[in-house]
Amino acid sequence: MSYLTIFIAAIFVNNIVLSQFLGICPFLGVSKKISTALGMGMAVMFVMTLSAIVTHLVYYQLLVPFHLEYMRTIAFILVIAALVQMVEIILKKTSPALYEALGIFLPLITTNCAVLGVAILAIQKDYGLVSSVCYNLANAMGFTLAIVLFAGMRERLDRAGVPECLKGAPIALITAGLLSMAFMGLR
Amino acid sequence: MKQNSWQNLTRGIIRENPIFVMMLGMCPTLGVTTSAINGLGMGLATLFVLIFSNITISLVKKVIPDIVRIPCYIVIIASGVTILEMVMAAYLPDLYAALGLYIPLIVVNCLILGRAEAFAAHNNVLSSLLDAIGMGLGFTLSLTVLGMMREILGSYSVFGYSFATADAEPILLFIMPPGAFLALAGLMLSFNKLKGQK
Repeated sequence: MSYLTIFIAAIFVNNIVLSQFLGICPFLGVSKKISTALGMGMAVMFVMTLSAIVTHLVYYQLLVPFHLEYMRTIAFILVIAALVQMVEIILKKTSPALYEALGIFLPLITTNCAVLGVAILAIQKDYGLVSSVCYNLANAMGFTLAIVLFAGMRERLDRAGVPECLKGAPIALITAGLLSMAFMGLR
Repeated sequence: MKQNSWQNLTRGIIRENPIFVMMLGMCPTLGVTTSAINGLGMGLATLFVLIFSNITISLVKKVIPDIVRIPCYIVIIASGVTILEMVMAAYLPDLYAALGLYIPLIVVNCLILGRAEAFAAHNNVLSSLLDAIGMGLGFTLSLTVLGMMREILGSYSVFGYSFATADAEPILLFIMPPGAFLALAGLMLSFNKLKGQK
């Protein structure tokens, strides 16, 4: 039951992008087409779920026993960067099709603050291993949902007549604001 | 040469403003600017890390092999952030609590890695320092303006000083998440408009 709560809370109520502002860079950057947005979402889902396991183990098996909690930020960012690199190498060898689909998004994920942010949040919330995997997966699903919805709206916007000074970033931000308002209705 | 250092310093403030022109570091921009103080605090925190990372990276740029430069930069930036985290937790606990998660997230602020890669890796220490100060000030300025705008509209106060009468009802939307997007859209729109007129 509580796992279901984690999912609903993370996907709809506290959507990571639209109400916590994590992962805004890819949200604005790779959301011009639905297909690329979906690819990015999938890549984030993959890495975030893996990083949940790894960061959880690193924190509770390595940092806490040696009283190195203050090294959290450095340790996590290194673990995530290494993880992304490893996933990239493994995918390239074992499943070229998946690598084709996710390949270009993987390097971008290291600097996606959603991955680091959610890893830190899961530690702050004192989740166990299973709960933090669920929490990370749910947040990644929330990210995917938001970015796909947003890309769909931007595809439509391309064909609309937007005033000159609104073109590009401003209209995208207004759209994101409306989307965020819609998600606030779910609270 | 003098002209050049002046340019390094001022470039980040308007012409290559990190937020309005380059759109770097959007997460803290939208996340913490519920009030002018938070915006200013976040801006200064980022400025500190940016100066630390730009100086360190331009000092060690010859030692770092090219292939592993990004991980090295990230470790340097993360060390800066960890120092900042400890200093803030000790001396500015209120601001530290208000900014919360966004302090460790300075590590993945694309502005800092972007300046390391684009500027500090190719320039000497002095220019890198000036560049960091300029970019950091541009970032701080944008965050403060955005925070001020949201605070004025969303809670009828500036830097915590309320100017509302007792029965006034502020536009709460602006301190809630959608307001962040809308306020930034408004600012960016005006910035584009002004830049177009020049």
